[in-house]
Amino acid sequence: MATTSTATTSSLKTDLIVYSCILALSGLQVVLAYRHVQGMLLMLQMLGVALVQAGFGIMYFMHLRDERRNLLVALIPATVFVLLMMNMIWSDSFRLLHMQAPMK
Amino acid sequence: MSEAGLTMGGHVPGFTEESPFAIPSKKLVMWLFIISDAVTFGALLFAYGYVKNASPDWPEPFRFSPSIINVMLMTFILVTSSLTMLVATRAAKEAERVRAIQWIFITVAGGILFALLHIREWMGLIREGVRLFQNPWGSPMFGATFFAITGLHLAHVIGGVIALTVIALGYKRGRYNSDDVEIWSLYWHFVDLVWMFVVPMVYLLNVRR
Repeated sequence: MATTSTATTSSLKTDLIVYSCILALSGLQVVLAYRHVQGMLLMLQMLGVALVQAGFGIMYFMHLRDERRNLLVALIPATVFVLLMMNMIWSDSFRLLHMQAPMK
Repeated sequence: MSEAGLTMGGHVPGFTEESPFAIPSKKLVMWLFIISDAVTFGALLFAYGYVKNASPDWPEPFRFSPSIINVMLMTFILVTSSLTMLVATRAAKEAERVRAIQWIFITVAGGILFALLHIREWMGLIREGVRLFQNPWGSPMFGATFFAITGLHLAHVIGGVIALTVIALGYKRGRYNSDDVEIWSLYWHFVDLVWMFVVPMVYLLNVRR
């Protein structure tokens, strides 16, 4: 069993840049929330920004980019697959929405 | 193979394998926990989306002031605590024990502040009449889904605060080493990443215009 930990290649400068990017993207989400776009498009925009933030966090803060590539290959695709499979619930959600009695 | 043969792995060519990921087993376990927890949060957020989408009268209770400003402040504190945890990990790797412990406790302070702001946010909503299955605005499921998701995240933050305190004290006494600090920093960053999805899905998609 290996006992050495990851030799991180990032510096404090890189960390500060990533930190600033994540905060800026959080600010962008707030701006997006107050635009006149709503519904599915807004949700997709929000999710897109959150995925970029998560990518930065996983690669730079959690140093997955410094690990062996097979760790990344073992972890990420399986997780993404499971999360994508959860999307099958949406059709039933729309069915429920259209089944409801008219609002009074 | 006999038990004696197993213990003398060096005599059996190819028996002792290198770890496929070249990381300590504790770190691999933490990664696997993080992945399973990510799927748990994913399932909760999908369930939230399901209920919200199926409810024509989903409430939009979050005003810019105080809710969104509070959430922005909480985000700033949590992301900053991730940065301080990075500094702590780097100090631990450089064997600067005192500096590492100081930065871990700054991270813990950030976590406590986040939790207090979170509880303030909850209290504000409870004062406005939000309960688990009841609220003054619309779909009664709003409270249940909101408190379930943010409550699970808050439980992770409180768990992280406790874990980091234990690690810092253990590291000070020499019970834990820099690898343990690094492994628990992974958990703290994960809690930060989950918040990146909770904020837009739970708060920003339900702002009162």
